[in-house]
Amino acid sequence: MASANPEIIHRALEKGAVTAVRYRFMERLLLVGAGVFGLLSLVTEGRLLLGLCLALLSVSAYRSIKHSRLLTAALTGLGSLFTAYVLLSFVDAVDNPAQGFWFQVIASWLLAWMCVEQLAAIKTLSRIYATALNILIPVLFGVWLLILWELLTRGFNVPQVLLPAPSLIAERFVESPHILWADFQQTFLKAVLIGYALGCGAGFIIAILIDRSPFLQRGLLPIGNLVSALPIVGVAPIMVMWFGFDWPSKAAVVIIMTFFPMLVNTVAGLSAAGAMQHDLMKTYAAGYWQSLFKLRLPEALPFIFNALKINSTLAMIGAIVAEFFGTPTVGMGFRISTEVGRMNVDMVWAEIAVAAVAGSLFYGAIALTERVFTFWHPSNRS
Amino acid sequence: MNKSSFFPVMLVAFAIIVVWYSFTVVMNLPWEKSVAERSGTTPSTMTMIRNTLQQERPVLPAPHQVVTEVINTTFKKKVTSKRSLVYHAGITLSSSMLGFFMGTVLGIVLAVAIVYNEALNKSLMPWIIASQTIPILAIAPMIIVVLNAIGVQGLLPKAFISMYLSFFPVVVGMVKGLNSPDRSYLDLMRTYHASAAQTFFKLRLPTSLPYLFTSMKIAVATSLVGAIVAELPTGAVAGLGARLLAGSYYGQTIQIWSALVVASIIAATLVMLVGIIGDWVNRRMGLAQSTPSGAH
Amino acid sequence: MSDKQHPNDAVINIDKLSLTFPSNDGDVHALSDIDLSINRGDFVSFIGPSGCGKTTLLRVIADLEQATAGSIDVNGMSPHEARLARAYGYVFQAASLYPWRTIAKNIALPLEIMGLKGKLIRERVQRNMELVDLAGFEKKYPWQLSGGMQQRVSIARALAVEPDLLLMDEPFGALDEIVRDHLNEQLLKLWAQTNKTIVFVTHSIPEAVYLSNRIVVMSPRPGRIYDIIDSDLPRDRELSIRETPEFLALANRVRDGLRAGHSYDEVA
Repeated sequence: MASANPEIIHRALEKGAVTAVRYRFMERLLLVGAGVFGLLSLVTEGRLLLGLCLALLSVSAYRSIKHSRLLTAALTGLGSLFTAYVLLSFVDAVDNPAQGFWFQVIASWLLAWMCVEQLAAIKTLSRIYATALNILIPVLFGVWLLILWELLTRGFNVPQVLLPAPSLIAERFVESPHILWADFQQTFLKAVLIGYALGCGAGFIIAILIDRSPFLQRGLLPIGNLVSALPIVGVAPIMVMWFGFDWPSKAAVVIIMTFFPMLVNTVAGLSAAGAMQHDLMKTYAAGYWQSLFKLRLPEALPFIFNALKINSTLAMIGAIVAEFFGTPTVGMGFRISTEVGRMNVDMVWAEIAVAAVAGSLFYGAIALTERVFTFWHPSNRS
Repeated sequence: MNKSSFFPVMLVAFAIIVVWYSFTVVMNLPWEKSVAERSGTTPSTMTMIRNTLQQERPVLPAPHQVVTEVINTTFKKKVTSKRSLVYHAGITLSSSMLGFFMGTVLGIVLAVAIVYNEALNKSLMPWIIASQTIPILAIAPMIIVVLNAIGVQGLLPKAFISMYLSFFPVVVGMVKGLNSPDRSYLDLMRTYHASAAQTFFKLRLPTSLPYLFTSMKIAVATSLVGAIVAELPTGAVAGLGARLLAGSYYGQTIQIWSALVVASIIAATLVMLVGIIGDWVNRRMGLAQSTPSGAH
Repeated sequence: MSDKQHPNDAVINIDKLSLTFPSNDGDVHALSDIDLSINRGDFVSFIGPSGCGKTTLLRVIADLEQATAGSIDVNGMSPHEARLARAYGYVFQAASLYPWRTIAKNIALPLEIMGLKGKLIRERVQRNMELVDLAGFEKKYPWQLSGGMQQRVSIARALAVEPDLLLMDEPFGALDEIVRDHLNEQLLKLWAQTNKTIVFVTHSIPEAVYLSNRIVVMSPRPGRIYDIIDSDLPRDRELSIRETPEFLALANRVRDGLRAGHSYDEVA
């Protein structure tokens, strides 16, 4: 379907023609900049060979522009990664990196920027190629963010309590798998998952129960909508008092946070089916449960999954923040707050990395399930 | 809330208060019993039930206790007093508003950059979308402590957290909004040979406004949560978050509940204000009153 | 079939039927004093401008709307009883197929609701898919089909109930003319094969004349029957019949009726 849509081709060509002039100017500027900074590093003190290498790369990339975007992208991309590698390898050797070093960092970064510009400007009609590009570009961006972070923190000798270098965080991550795993178990596997299941389940069941009473719906919906906007994490200290320091109090916070979005979305989803669909079920003399299961629940699925996705993030936030109000000596929120107090910022970052990975995998799993169950929805059709 | 739902909402609210009172009695009764046991007296059931509603540190305070506390600490205290909820609410509100403002401006600027630069769209946008799925609030304590360590104190660190939280929904919503005009509308601008700036101000910006206000409603609510959470790690100095933490340290449940009620009132008011301004702007722009919502 | 006396084997009997909606600017007379009987095996079309109540009348027959005065019976029962007995199949303006069900599962939907079992469902689905020329598309999803094919699926779904009566509410209104001609031909063939009673709502004069043996011309405000035209065209028709003088004469009579109903409205 994707390969031969004349409209897409037409649009791609048109857009290319309009933006070509701007791109060429931008490209040249980036490469001239990289070249100038490379040469500048020769004049000031810096690694002579690296400066030459950067200047040479810029010139050859400049020459390659009119031949092929892919060639330019490869030259600048690989060149920037190589020079970054060299820079990383001697950043510690220089006691106080001088101007020349930073000129080279800037030149190398400009090359990487050029590479991203080139890759983003490639128009392709092949789906696999396009997907590969859509993954490669953000990955390259992320890698360069880490490189710059590493170079800046180490080059400027940023105190570790302020911002540790990524390599130090990774080191801490590898050194303390037991602590991280225990925290993950306590916060995610117990508080988040149990609270999430109970909160979403309760919201769904209550929505079904009040489905037959328009009166209750009209009463509960505005209140549910209101509560969804409130700072519910604030109930954490109360839950800690009621249910103690261990995970049940955190699960209780998660239940309260996830209940209302699920309730509101399910009620909205159950009324999503159109009048004609309802008439159709009526012509079949279908009963309440038949039209609930055959029509209204499938029609509500996109809404329910929307709530499940919102709630996955809310559950993580609720469980972690609730731990700031008191925990046994384990848990992601506990670790973050105590290690911050001890100025062990690298441990905090390692814990945040776990939270980020867990959060996005949790969300991703739900999104994937959604695609399986709502493949028919216009937003998922391929 | 329209007229037809006024009565049902009132009834549900009334039911909630009734349930609250009965829970107050049930949850506070064990304490009354143990008091009676220790003193060796046997008060009547009615006396015990009445007592459950006026404990000093109840497990669950009765609604009227919370309301009295809120009124006492808002209207009957000087606003500069550390015991005034207005003082604490003001501190939290000012940092969350500053952060919300910065986050919204930053979000709009970045969204425009993303819409007009393909490289940014392809490299940065996936990360922004992905970062919505992670619990960003977890880094709040670290930002506060680290900024404290380098001498940044007071309003600004908390505002940074609020900015950080409100920035993401605004970028995502605004990019969606700026890209929302139909192909035919964009083609129309092309037939006029409109410049990029003209297309932006006459087409993309107006059509993006409903999306902007929808995400600003989310952003203003999260910015308040951010400010409250940001007050936790510095050790309960001032603000609604500090009141929550201090209340939990000393078992002052009434204080916790009243801080929570005030925070909720502020959040509801802010969301409503943004909603009203959004509706007004949309009407002025001649756009549909309904803001984009629903599943997708 | 009925304890009442119906000449000509009538399936639907409507007697002095009215339907009034209350509204802020006074009552709206959607239907006023309708008298009509439809015989077994008839193909009856309701035609008229928008607001004449043709769809409302069909919905009253299907018990999707209730009359406020007068009487109506379908198969000798009240419309409500007829609906509970699944006495008719209904085809809507839009195909309204469920996107999460395959074509075969969509056609099976009413059968599942009636509580039929696996083998019987499969047979009926298969038979009706062949009837509308869609064999081989069982595993496709509705959104993978063209508009015309989707509407054929919805006809097969209505037929799957195996009703004697088929109610169709502008089923081809949203399709382009070529597809519409094709489906009209197929519908006539189906009518000949199954000998069902069909009530068909349309606003296209050629469609009404080409398909029906009785044409009910309606006019608005209040919605009422202006004329009932019996067609003497042969039941076995080709598309080319539309160029014959007999056809054109009928079409002119329908057009005159519509025009007269309209001018009456402007005087009133």
